[in-house]
Amino acid sequence: MSAQLVSEISIFVLAVFLGFEVISKVPTILHTPLMSGSNAIHGVILVGAMVIMAGAQGPLQELLGFLAVVLATINVVGGYVVTDRMLEMFRSRNKRGGTPT
Amino acid sequence: MTFSAPITLLYLLAAVLFIWGLHQLSSPRHARMGNLLAAAGMVIAFAATVPGLHHSVLNLVLMVVAILIGAPLGAVAARAVRMTAMPQMVATFNGVGGGAAALISVVEFLRAPSTVAIPIVLSIPVVFAVVIGATSFAGSGVAYAKLQELMRGTPIIYRGQQPVNAAVAAAIVVLGVLLVVTGVGVLALWALLVLSLLLGVAFVLPIGGADMPVVISMLNAFTGLAVAGDGFVLGNPVLIVGGTLVGASGTFLTKMMSDAMGRSIGNLLFGAFGTVLVTEQSAAGGAGRSVRSGTADDIGTLLAYSQKVIFVPGYGLAVAQAQHAVRDLAELLEKRGVEVDYAIHPVAGRMPGHMNVLLAEANVPYEQLKEMDEINDAFRSTDVALVVGANDVVNPAARNSPGSPIYGMPILNVDQAKNIVFLKRSMRPGFAGIDNELLYDPKTIMLFGDAKDSLTSLVAAVKAA
Repeated sequence: MSAQLVSEISIFVLAVFLGFEVISKVPTILHTPLMSGSNAIHGVILVGAMVIMAGAQGPLQELLGFLAVVLATINVVGGYVVTDRMLEMFRSRNKRGGTPT
Repeated sequence: MTFSAPITLLYLLAAVLFIWGLHQLSSPRHARMGNLLAAAGMVIAFAATVPGLHHSVLNLVLMVVAILIGAPLGAVAARAVRMTAMPQMVATFNGVGGGAAALISVVEFLRAPSTVAIPIVLSIPVVFAVVIGATSFAGSGVAYAKLQELMRGTPIIYRGQQPVNAAVAAAIVVLGVLLVVTGVGVLALWALLVLSLLLGVAFVLPIGGADMPVVISMLNAFTGLAVAGDGFVLGNPVLIVGGTLVGASGTFLTKMMSDAMGRSIGNLLFGAFGTVLVTEQSAAGGAGRSVRSGTADDIGTLLAYSQKVIFVPGYGLAVAQAQHAVRDLAELLEKRGVEVDYAIHPVAGRMPGHMNVLLAEANVPYEQLKEMDEINDAFRSTDVALVVGANDVVNPAARNSPGSPIYGMPILNVDQAKNIVFLKRSMRPGFAGIDNELLYDPKTIMLFGDAKDSLTSLVAAVKAA
């Protein structure tokens, strides 16, 4: 087992615990934005798609890589925008905004 | 792949921002900032990736074009979507993420020379990411179609379904193991991809109705894990951290939701809930018992002279677009000195926390949105529990009748309130298709009609009282 693999496994295991820990504190009132926010975080897959696209050889790999970048971009951009839209709506009693209908 | 020290540190910074961002989501006050922190982390992760990319001009141009296609698609969809359609939107973003994750592993496998076996440390995550990513992609597609009502939302069952699904799963395992052991076989990889897509469809088809939110949460976790798998394939730490965080949190959320429904995850996936429509009770229900229906004026007066009223909103409220009407009624009552709260069941709406988003959109202050555990004891001292478009989450059958499909699900103690008012279109049962004995309770008054119209006439009645 290479040193790199060992460190990757360590990162993985620690991230599992962090994932559980961080989420267990979120109240149910915010579970929808939480789900869509974490949805946006797996949009980090765009990093992988970029690497694959840049290194693609031949039309097939380029096509698949291209598709991967398009899909990943939809995931990450859409995920953050929709989460922001939702969280913007949560207002406290003190500073209640207008009433759009 | 190994990275230079600055790049690695930038990836670390991105990972820290993801974690911090998720952490900030724990309170409505700084949740928005949390999301922005995570987004900033994402931008840093992308920027750190650029210097390491291959310098093939054509590919880089293609990459930019692909981003320029994807970004507006995502942004426009996210801007345009109605809050009631949020579960479908999340399912879509899950699906595309899973699809991307599967494709990345496919390409990485294709890049390896076909004559040389790829090492096992690579073939394991490749197979993992392809299977989980493609399952998530296809499963999310079916979930989207069900929620968007492009297809029947109820469980779809056919003869021999379980054996067929088991056969597909077994074929995936066999092919997967073969690929991992031999490290070659482009054809086998394509077959694996197709079978995984099939599995995604097959496993969501028999799930429906009230269980869809749990499936979406689980698919979210799947995509996260597929992303983490790609992280191992590409040797990229930020993919491992981002994907694993989502995989772990999604799993946790799925568990919490199935707990809130009083069921195990296995039962949810394989139980084909929602088909057991006609239990003995519901068959007998409509026949003999009578319901008491009231006028808006009666109920308006009852509300106006109450001390404490709890609103219990369900998805029916959102369907009728009555969130604003319910807030108007609540504000009016508060002006008269009535204490008003909203009781939100964890699975109210079509995904966990969905009802809170819908009410927040109607400017209901979040302090008034009470979780089940927080408010359940308060029903006893409540004059009126006003149930708008909710049904299963207040159904005492979950407590009393072991034969009911929802038996064991924690419910809101609406039955303990002094008066219960149901705003309902008809006596039709709820999302899960189960009759509700509370409708026949002597304390219960029904106000039939469209929820929005009923609420508007209640507002008028309270004003007149």
